[in-house]
Amino acid sequence: MSTFQIDFSSATRKRIIGIDLGTTNSLAAFMDLTGPEIIPGPDGSRMVPSIVSLADDGSFVVGEPARRLLIDRPDRTVYSVKRLMGRGLEDVKDELKLFPFRIAEGSEQVIRLQLGDRTFTPPEISAQILKELKRRAELHLGEEITQAVITVPAYFNDAQRQATRDAGRIAGLEVLRLVNEPTAASLAYGLDKRREGIIAVYDLGGGTFDISILRLHEGIFEVLATNGDTHLGGDDIDNRLLAIALEDIASEWGEDLSHNGEAVQTIRQAVIRAKEELSFRPVTVIDLEYGGRRYQRELRRELFENLIRDIVDRTLGPCRQAMRDAGLEPEQIDEVVLVGGSTRIPMVRRAVETLFKAKPHSELNPDEVVALGAAVQAAILAGDVKDKLLLDVTPLSLGIETMGGVVSKLIHRNSTIPASATEVFTTSVDGQRNVLIHVVQGERELAKDCRSLARFDLKDIEPLPAGMARIEVRFLIDANGILSVTARDLRSGKEQTVEVKPSYGLTEEQVEAMIRESYEKAEEDLRERQVREARVEADNILAAVEKARSSDAWLELTDEERAAIDAAINELQMVYHSGDHLLIRDRIGKLDNATRKLAENMMNTAVREALKGTKID
Amino acid sequence: MAHVHDCWHCGAKDAASLFCRYCNTIQPPTPDYYEFFDLPRRLALDPEELKNRFYTLSRLLHPDRYTRRSEQEQRFSLEASSILNDAYRVLKDPIQRAEYVLRQEGFPVGDQRNRDVPPELLEEVFELNMALDELRGGDLDVLPQLEQMRRKFLDMLSAIDRDLEALFRRHDDAQGDERRQVLAEIRSTLNRRRYISNLVQEVDKQLTARNA
Repeated sequence: MSTFQIDFSSATRKRIIGIDLGTTNSLAAFMDLTGPEIIPGPDGSRMVPSIVSLADDGSFVVGEPARRLLIDRPDRTVYSVKRLMGRGLEDVKDELKLFPFRIAEGSEQVIRLQLGDRTFTPPEISAQILKELKRRAELHLGEEITQAVITVPAYFNDAQRQATRDAGRIAGLEVLRLVNEPTAASLAYGLDKRREGIIAVYDLGGGTFDISILRLHEGIFEVLATNGDTHLGGDDIDNRLLAIALEDIASEWGEDLSHNGEAVQTIRQAVIRAKEELSFRPVTVIDLEYGGRRYQRELRRELFENLIRDIVDRTLGPCRQAMRDAGLEPEQIDEVVLVGGSTRIPMVRRAVETLFKAKPHSELNPDEVVALGAAVQAAILAGDVKDKLLLDVTPLSLGIETMGGVVSKLIHRNSTIPASATEVFTTSVDGQRNVLIHVVQGERELAKDCRSLARFDLKDIEPLPAGMARIEVRFLIDANGILSVTARDLRSGKEQTVEVKPSYGLTEEQVEAMIRESYEKAEEDLRERQVREARVEADNILAAVEKARSSDAWLELTDEERAAIDAAINELQMVYHSGDHLLIRDRIGKLDNATRKLAENMMNTAVREALKGTKID
Repeated sequence: MAHVHDCWHCGAKDAASLFCRYCNTIQPPTPDYYEFFDLPRRLALDPEELKNRFYTLSRLLHPDRYTRRSEQEQRFSLEASSILNDAYRVLKDPIQRAEYVLRQEGFPVGDQRNRDVPPELLEEVFELNMALDELRGGDLDVLPQLEQMRRKFLDMLSAIDRDLEALFRRHDDAQGDERRQVLAEIRSTLNRRRYISNLVQEVDKQLTARNA
């Protein structure tokens, strides 16, 4: 680890945390005086499993407690939701065969997941994970956290990035920056110790694969090229093993369990255990019990490697492409860094070593390194770390659809961001008032083969003969990798109205409604808790007074004092069910006053009783 | 060309293009790539020098440095960084750099799809099309010939790149009309280069399609 030059001169400012919102696990980290640190939960755990379950009372169970619910309440529990972020129904057809996602009706514009009798979008589910991390951070750091850096796979497209930012906003976090996961990892490794050099970051996580090639130059981390696959990861390996186990069980028990959510989850957890063990042992046993029956099957590493060889091979193409794009040969790569839990698999390590002809780094925990890097980036944004700077790139080319559905590329992949392009548009019909621009992302030549991002409607164009209008449109990809579009009428110099119609994902209005709802919910939650706490306190004092009625202290009170207590009790009982915690507390205060004498008497009695038992010689 | 304006922050006249020379606040950036890098309008540029300026300016202008600043400053930082990155991408590549200067000097480039075969290439292009037709027809015997032609085109490209280097230096030393004459020469050289480079791409496409 490198040493961090940290300037805490302005430590009173709001703290920014770093978050790794992962497919399988999520983590938060912050910059301590000595360097980035993982924020533990109250139980000391460092990771929050990315599992969310809807409880019967409408609240959410997140993380480790939800893991059990995957088996007990599979219809209300969801995992690996990152796979659905910013995606359309068409994109995830194949996923749906392998993952027990329950897609609700009306999922055309944005996917909705059914949990019990309610539906949620993927950003809303992810927001629950973020809220849990936010809560942990607030408990651990003892201050309110409202700003964060969140990491995303480098190969995430615009819609997936927007969905991640939406999730942050719904969780009550201002997302100051989205950072690419491999780039964040390189920050955490502090490889800038060597000042100059080329490094490759190979990141195989639960659901996504990224490769990034960076040049280090005196604290600047300049990404030269990135590539990847947002649908490739440990989940795919689990699904392979799961399919085999299911088939095996079907022939052994004569029962097809593949449509039984509870059974599938039990088997999934067993094959994951076996997979993880095979990283340390040459042989293991898939071992599980379901419905009173036991299934055991030996699994050798050689067989495992044969099963997953093509998955590992699928990561190599993107690696070669990234090196080509960076104009580099494997010999020119100075260091290789491994990120993501799946890089613990020995076969993956061998493949990386062979390809890059270098022994990869894995000193830092591959599950934690991305969150640690996010914390470093947070400190850079806060101005606490001044000697480092990330220059990242856009992973996919940005283009517009032109005549015949052909894409005209405006910003090429691997361009350093922020990046921009300007195009002048005109009308094709006399008096035309609108021009519709279809923006796509991808490398293919036809728009239909690329990812549709949005349609931008240039509105209220001055009616002129065809071809006379001149609208200059500026496409700008910001440092988060997110596109914005502005337009200007070149004849009048006026700003032109642009209406955005995202192809997938939430509209601005929908996100705002969700944020409002979550605020209202938060207020509601707080109010309920305060009422509950006030009632508990009321119960305590009422019970204490009832108990005191049979004591000597009660008899020592005057009639007026006893009447005053009864009146105060009555008053408290009248507001007990009001739902107004302030009112309840006010009456508790009054009863407290009325019973002051009683309390004194009881104290004296107690002292007397105590003295009575003491012999004074 | 010079980008003269008053500082939006302290109101000083003649504030300079990236940071106000008086109060050092970030300014609305100049869109001119050479001015942005504070470089003379020359076609022969030292890549190391350009790279160092890019890193220095990145440190000063990147949005990461403006998270805690006013919205106005954040906007200028985003705008300036995007121009910086666009400018660096264009200026570090000799071809794109020349095209940028040509466009600025009023020489349209690349727009008209140059379908006319440069006369000195007529013979080669004819041969190439024959060979490609045969390949599409399934005749693999032309592969060595195609490979040989591809190498020939690549050699031509290298020769053109050497010519361009000389032309760049001539441009930088010339003034006025003479300079425009050199620019016209550069433009026709670039057109020829683009034509040959498209030929290479076409051959590569056919060869990869064959291998796949």
